Amino acid sequence: MPVRHTQRCVRDVPRSGPVTPGPEKECPVSDSDVAPLETAYGVQHHVTRADAPGRPAHEGGPEMVQLLTPEGERVPHAELDAIVDALSDEALRGLYRDLVLVRRFDTEATALQRQGELGLWASLLGQEAAQVGSGRAMRRQDYAFPTYREHGVAWCRGVDPVNLLGMFRGVNHGGWDPNEKNFHLYTIIIGAQTLHATGYAMGVQRDGDVGTGDERRDTAVIAYFGDGATSQGDVSEALVFAGVNNSPVVFFCQNNQWAISEPNEKQSRAPLWHRARGFGFPGIRVDGNDVLAVYAVTQQALDAARSGQGPTFVEAFTYRMGAHTTSDDPTKYRVSAEVEVWKHRDPIERYKRWLLTTQRADASFFEAVEAEADELGTSVRERCLAMPDPDGSSMFDHVYADPHPVMAREKAAFEAYHASFEEVR
Amino acid sequence: MAATTLAKGITTGLRAAMEKDPKVVLMGEDIGKLGGVFRVTEGLQKDFGEDRVIDTPLAEAGILGTAIGMALRGYRPVVEIQFDGFVYPAFDHIVSQVAKLRARSLGYVAMPLVIRIPFGGGIGAVEHHSESNEAYFAHTAGLRVVAVSNPHDAHWMIQQAIASDDPVVFYEPKRRYWDKGEVGDGPDGALGTARVLREGTDVSLLAYGPMVKTCLQAAEAAQEEGRSLEVVDLRSLSPLDGEAVLASVRRTGRAVVVHEASTFLGLGAEIAAMVTEEAFHHLEAPVLRVGGYNVPYPPSRIEEEFLPDLDRVLDAVDRSLAY
Repeated sequence: MPVRHTQRCVRDVPRSGPVTPGPEKECPVSDSDVAPLETAYGVQHHVTRADAPGRPAHEGGPEMVQLLTPEGERVPHAELDAIVDALSDEALRGLYRDLVLVRRFDTEATALQRQGELGLWASLLGQEAAQVGSGRAMRRQDYAFPTYREHGVAWCRGVDPVNLLGMFRGVNHGGWDPNEKNFHLYTIIIGAQTLHATGYAMGVQRDGDVGTGDERRDTAVIAYFGDGATSQGDVSEALVFAGVNNSPVVFFCQNNQWAISEPNEKQSRAPLWHRARGFGFPGIRVDGNDVLAVYAVTQQALDAARSGQGPTFVEAFTYRMGAHTTSDDPTKYRVSAEVEVWKHRDPIERYKRWLLTTQRADASFFEAVEAEADELGTSVRERCLAMPDPDGSSMFDHVYADPHPVMAREKAAFEAYHASFEEVR
Repeated sequence: MAATTLAKGITTGLRAAMEKDPKVVLMGEDIGKLGGVFRVTEGLQKDFGEDRVIDTPLAEAGILGTAIGMALRGYRPVVEIQFDGFVYPAFDHIVSQVAKLRARSLGYVAMPLVIRIPFGGGIGAVEHHSESNEAYFAHTAGLRVVAVSNPHDAHWMIQQAIASDDPVVFYEPKRRYWDKGEVGDGPDGALGTARVLREGTDVSLLAYGPMVKTCLQAAEAAQEEGRSLEVVDLRSLSPLDGEAVLASVRRTGRAVVVHEASTFLGLGAEIAAMVTEEAFHHLEAPVLRVGGYNVPYPPSRIEEEFLPDLDRVLDAVDRSLAY
């Protein structure tokens, strides 16, 4: 099956309403084609240093797509409302359940680290909506390439949360089968997974699983990364490869404002979502604390990818409420007033308010979710403590697929050495 | 099969692998219409199409990173690094991802990648085009590293490397690309094995890649002086074929390791340690190394003084026999 090589012209893709695969348009290049900077989503923005001068760094700006204000008020949106309206009340309540359970799991993991049961934990606190909204926009056949903080995406993919604890407890380096839930192993090297995602998407193209119109076949790939990762060459190379190959991949950047201690201004002079234009495909900024907006924007981008329209860069504007990891002390580099501002934008509170005021959920629903969260916390704790340390000799297993004399020799020597102590006893 | 060059041996090996398995794809810079700067992939894009012989953007990390993704999707990418000294931008993906993904996933994920690297000097090239960086990769668990020295092995070992479910770094001696030889009907042993190319009784010459020919010439010259040198083509640098090396050294009692790479912590150091540990009582002399000096690869006008040649090999043989 041939790969689509025809480049979609950014200007010619309105992407309003549901994306329908149409005939690919020729994309003549001239100066006048390069000048306009309207995005494919029709949102106006300004070319400025970083964000608009005078705007506080933590304001997403008028170009940020938001469907739900921090107060829980629904903001109408001509293009995206249809996507949200298509969700049943049950599905809408399901998003809330996801947000709460993911946060509960994360809280439990942080507690486990504090009690010495995990060596480290990278909390997602504050980023639940960005992860649940995007994770729930995926279809079964889609594939996610996470960093080490995508616990919420893992949850949406159906990965057992206890699997995520293994590497932080030190019993493995990941250890789950990525192909079982189409959720790749956590990647610690910053930005590397964006290239893996792009290569996977190139494979999808070669399998002919793009643009067939078959909902169960057309496949998109989503690469997760953070604001710090955008400085890595790997991320730029991934944008190049995805762009020139028109690959079905969504670059989902969670801009949580901080790369450990360095604020976003130290990573980029321009708003992150502006990068996409330079690589020849659309970029969009979405309120990462608004689960409905993230869901709608991601679904639109994934649909575009699946239908053969190529990549999209989504910047989810959010905030890391906790430390980078449990080894970090954010009080050394950021002020509490900033954290207070973002507390007001909490993704769960605003969504709960909206569900209540629109009478999509009642008190008994919220009580049931709380009870389920407590059960999850208890179960995660019990199963974490029950995780056995691996056998020392297992370090030689799985290094190579085919027989390898060094592995065989060293494993035998390791076992003989330890057996020699037992004989002394 | 008629005599062919080492470069064409790889071409025909690639072609055979691609005909056999539709999941085999080639990725690299200028490998399509141009056929690669050494023409190793010449004609393959024409016959297999642009989706299987992929001209990539000029970014080595990007090539390796996307090849990993292709492998995760079930493909068997064969990556061409244009020159030895250009592999470093991809080093992170090779060492941190390709080598470790199988172990990280407890065996769920395979990484059947082949990374082809033309290596070594002697062609009068500018900087970064003449390096021998195999020790970096041989040091990395999870990778297999091989080096071919002749058209027969080139043809068969590239197919063995592609068929392996493990990642293989495949070194091609660029100054021997145009050397001709017969290609036989099947591979000489499994991937990972060495081959004795010339039997002898006095000293074992242990070499790989471009230095195999140099050692065969040295053995020929030594014979005229009445000395019998054995030449072992290591072929595999990780794992080393310890049995073959030790068997040869136990026969001769003397070993000289020859490679273009700088000697400090090179393959020669590992082989010397292995022979000392495993065949100490068979040794008549210390294991000697002939290799590049421990300097950055010099400008081409003086590269011949950096590279081991027939005389430097024979000088080491003299020193070994003098013990």
